[in-house]
Amino acid sequence: MYVAVKGGETAIAHSLDLLADKRRGDRAIAELSLEQIDQQLGLAVDRVMTEGSCYDRSLAALAIKQARGDLIEAIFLLRAYRTTLPRFGDSLPLDTSAMVAERRISSTFKDVPGGQVLGPTYDYTHRLLDFSLAAAGDRPAAPTAPADTNRSLPRVGDILEREGMLEPPPRDGASEDLTRRPLTLPASRPVRLQNLARGDEGFLLALGYSTQRGYGNNHPFVGEIRYGHVPVGFVPEELGFAIEIAEIDVTECDMVNQFAGSHDVPPQFTRGYGLAFGHSERKAMSMALVDRALRAEELSESATSPAQDEEFVLAHSDNVEASGFVQHLKLPHYVDFQSELVVVRALRAEVEARRRQAVLDQAAE
Amino acid sequence: MADDAYNYAYLDEQTKRMIRRAILKAVAVPGYQVPFGGREMPLPYGWGTGGIQVTAAIIGRDDTLKVIDQGADDTTNAVSIRRFFAKVAEVATTTRTDEATVIQTRHRVPETPLREGQILVFQVPIPEPLRMLEPRETETRTLHALSEYGVMQVSLYESIARHGRISKGYNYPVMVNGRYIMSPSPIPKFDNPKLDRSPALQLYGAGREKRIYAVPPYTPVKSLDFDDHPFEIETWEQCCALCGSKESFLDEMIVDDDGKHLFVCSDTDYCERRRTLPEAAE
Repeated sequence: MYVAVKGGETAIAHSLDLLADKRRGDRAIAELSLEQIDQQLGLAVDRVMTEGSCYDRSLAALAIKQARGDLIEAIFLLRAYRTTLPRFGDSLPLDTSAMVAERRISSTFKDVPGGQVLGPTYDYTHRLLDFSLAAAGDRPAAPTAPADTNRSLPRVGDILEREGMLEPPPRDGASEDLTRRPLTLPASRPVRLQNLARGDEGFLLALGYSTQRGYGNNHPFVGEIRYGHVPVGFVPEELGFAIEIAEIDVTECDMVNQFAGSHDVPPQFTRGYGLAFGHSERKAMSMALVDRALRAEELSESATSPAQDEEFVLAHSDNVEASGFVQHLKLPHYVDFQSELVVVRALRAEVEARRRQAVLDQAAE
Repeated sequence: MADDAYNYAYLDEQTKRMIRRAILKAVAVPGYQVPFGGREMPLPYGWGTGGIQVTAAIIGRDDTLKVIDQGADDTTNAVSIRRFFAKVAEVATTTRTDEATVIQTRHRVPETPLREGQILVFQVPIPEPLRMLEPRETETRTLHALSEYGVMQVSLYESIARHGRISKGYNYPVMVNGRYIMSPSPIPKFDNPKLDRSPALQLYGAGREKRIYAVPPYTPVKSLDFDDHPFEIETWEQCCALCGSKESFLDEMIVDDDGKHLFVCSDTDYCERRRTLPEAAE
């Protein structure tokens, strides 16, 4: 019985074998390829790249396959790989006005320069199970307009900003990296945004939702959401000028929020910002709501709700940390529990002794 | 290492240097929690990533590593971490406390007294001893800076007022070198006296919370108490069912459906040594 509560090397090896076997499933069913995951489960790949902070579709697809579709486990796998990669330097900030957009909408104006472009979205699907998808079949290609790659797409926020109606974006270009330095509080906005970009989509969704229901409301409007391809620029030291090293897909959300103004600033709209790899509107919007909520102190608003509490939000947003610490409760704790047993038994014995003494005292009276 | 894709002991040399600098600072200021740029490890947060990073930063090919969890060498997570270092650091491993140069532990301090030159690496889940009294890091850092520890004394006093004794069994707070209150990690209070003026170096790593702290050899470590409620450790009426020890920390097991209990040493190396070497049992 002494062995029953211990696990040996052999047991672990067998557990790993069983896991690999489960992963493969029924051998009569064709094995998933990474290309299939990339192409047909693309939004899962996008989420893993975003929260894994690593833009690599095939690595993310591999992580999803290895994790059997458990996206938080896949994010963990990708992060653990990412941390071993050497750093060449920082890319230039993305210029999303140079985006070749597949989708771009604004909820604040009926029409905007560049137009409203629906692109591929679930927004107008009726959520009826499409049983035709249950069988493989040829799917016709969708008709598309030719992309105008030469035309830049001005951001709605920039237009409002020119009127003075919207605050300008922060000019502070200093970048820090949370994956190299520990989080210190209070955090700068770039650090907060990095934390939120890596943060769990579900956690941010719930927090963003809570602001809409009155826990730190800031009257948000979707100034703009755009999804598409943007070039990534990098300045190698030996060249001294920028070269394009990649083109990546991102979703950007510029949330426009009310601001009553302060002693020094007349009333104007303020920004909440969200950015995610791939096509992840839910994530980008949630991030933008929480980013704006976290600016409460900076904008002299009273911070009374969870979403406005920087330490609460930043310390609990990371699902790799959260998942590890919650699940570590599976590890043996029997030494600690034994300590508790000893204490609770002693406390109970004292209570029992007092009770008996009270009965004796009463009998003696 | 068979797999050349990773550096010796997994971490790259820059990261090891960063961790060593944090360790040096921690040793220089005993009990102070030093923030460090904790990395994402290939093992989950909460499963020893802090201890693993500390071990990875200090281990070399000449070291002999022992890994324990709950005092035992053969618990699953101890096996997993030992296997990790055997693979990435090509290091000799042992279950013998006296043979090890580095001992990574979760939740226990070995029963066998440690000696000079040995390093005990603790895995720490919550490095902040005041965390359950004050959840905000910004607040607790100030409290430490000012040695403002009234909140801890009050919580111990409340425990006495409510229960007649300090009802804390593990992770029992200590005062290090008369300056910083420190979490000894979730070891049973039974082990607290072993931390006091230990000849071994104690390093504490918290990976998720990104903190390292240390107790250098022979540093005074005092468990908090009151003059009229002195610190005391757990005792058992039973002795170890395997080796007969009356001095070691005992694990309790339920051995049949009627809930019959059996007590055995939590420290498997200590227990086995006593059984195989009769003179060790004296």
